[in-house]
Amino acid sequence: MKDKIAEKLLLFIAFSAILSLSLITFFIFQQGIPLIFKAGLGNFFSLRWAPTRGGFGILSMVVGSLMVTIGALAVGIPFGLAGAIFLAEFSSSTIQKTLKPVIELLAGIPSVVFGFIGIVILVPFIREIFGGPGFSVLAASIILGIMILPTIVSISYDALLAVPKTYREGSYALGATKWQTVVMVLLPAARSGIVAGIILGMGRAIGETMAVIMIAGNALKIPGSILDSVRTLTSTIALELGYAAGDHRAALFACGSILFLIIIFLNIIATRITNRK
Amino acid sequence: MIINTANLNLYYHKFQALKNVNMSIKRNLITGMIGPSGCGKSTLLRIFNRMNDLIEGVRITGSVLIDNDDIYAPVYDLILLRKRVGMVFQRPNAFPLSIFDNIAYGPRVWSISDKKTLTEIVERSLAAVDLFDDLKDDLRRPALSLSAEKQQRLCIARLLAVEPEILLMDEPCSALDPIATGKIEELMLDLKKKYTIIIVTHNMQQAARIADEVGFMLLGELVEFDTAKTVFTNPKDKRTFDYISGRFG
Ligand SMILES: Nc1ncnc2c1ncn2[C@@H]1O[C@H](COP(=O)(O)OP(=O)(O)OP(=O)(O)O)[C@@H](O)[C@H]1O
Ligand SMILES: [Mg+2]
Repeated sequence: MKDKIAEKLLLFIAFSAILSLSLITFFIFQQGIPLIFKAGLGNFFSLRWAPTRGGFGILSMVVGSLMVTIGALAVGIPFGLAGAIFLAEFSSSTIQKTLKPVIELLAGIPSVVFGFIGIVILVPFIREIFGGPGFSVLAASIILGIMILPTIVSISYDALLAVPKTYREGSYALGATKWQTVVMVLLPAARSGIVAGIILGMGRAIGETMAVIMIAGNALKIPGSILDSVRTLTSTIALELGYAAGDHRAALFACGSILFLIIIFLNIIATRITNRK
Repeated sequence: MIINTANLNLYYHKFQALKNVNMSIKRNLITGMIGPSGCGKSTLLRIFNRMNDLIEGVRITGSVLIDNDDIYAPVYDLILLRKRVGMVFQRPNAFPLSIFDNIAYGPRVWSISDKKTLTEIVERSLAAVDLFDDLKDDLRRPALSLSAEKQQRLCIARLLAVEPEILLMDEPCSALDPIATGKIEELMLDLKKKYTIIIVTHNMQQAARIADEVGFMLLGELVEFDTAKTVFTNPKDKRTFDYISGRFG
């Protein structure tokens, strides 16, 4: 009897969770998609963003989002992989047991803190060394790259540990060094897990808002160099939603829909790759 | 003589897995190691390419000479040892790479990167294990798509590609059916012309079929070591007799 009630309760909670997610999804698309057709695809994918005067072009923001995401990956992949390899293959089990939770804890640091560190340290640093405003693609890329490190390190680490011991033995028995074993067998064998980690990190980078608003400068144009300021889809939504009304508000939901689609797409790819043996 | 052990002891932490092993293994013969499960056959085999070094808490005393060089001497080049003394494992452990990349693995480790040389080595090694005609058009196929027998052959080919002198085989047929086992045994008889082979087997018939000399181990001790004929027909130690006549094990 008690079991029955518990079961029903769990079922109810699970359904509520799924239901609320579906409702949110439905709401975003229902609010955003009609505007895309009302404005026309030509207008929507143009450079002119003047949502109070009929300009709904999101192109510079899409480019902005992609640029900081690619920049974040350029920072996050090499450091993340190096970290995972060091942890999985070159450190004692005591170090692994201490460092892994610490790295995973990094994922819990609020993004406003990262943004703050960016403003206080990174932005002035870039301004002094390279010139320009400092608030830039470069600053956003570095901070986002650091923010996605925990994801990349911990998923790649798990993937490396999951490689069967027999591969290692086979490689060592052929005279390979540890490093050769990592590069020639372990990385290829762990590839699908590593790629999944990278894609999840990418999803996190493209969806990040607060840190980016604080350090990217938010200028509405396609940046000419990585020292220029940039605005992303997420920044636009967060910056403008407070006062937007009518079509402007709908246009922000349209931005959200596009973001949503990009992230869903990345997640599907990640699941595909992880499930493939 | 190619391998000599003297007063060899091995401990896993406190547990002594090899007890005072003295043996001499001769060049171009197949030496079979038999004995009940857990008696230390694999441990002994892993002595010869120092794979036990990878296990935490292993301590070794005594000496192991290959061609009169002490392979446990601090100056001895471990990596070079692994090239001279190759190992085939119980379960085929082909890497999740293409057939070509599997066999080219060893040579690449040894810094051969010239495409033509690699291709020659791959073809020669495949031919040596009788796989070349089967696979010559499929070298880009994933190695893991092959049958278990072919994967085990591939692992042997991968080993031959680094031109070892000694082949260590730890129950290489235990994952194979009888027909595949027969084929691998034929291959070993063929390989013995060029290589010195030490094979661990649970299967006394297999040892009788292919081994020239046989060692019988029990609880970490090398009880008897002699020609296969003597061990199987006229063993000196009562424990050997009991084992081969099926009293235990
Ligand atoms: N890594 C290890 N740590 C501790 N003890 C070990 C380890 N590996 C093996 N042993 C012990 O050493 C003894 C010999 O093991 P080994 O694997 O050499 O036996 P074996 O003769 O190869 O057995 P099998 O026929 O089952 O393969 C066994 O009692 C085993 O439990
Ligand atoms: Mg064994």
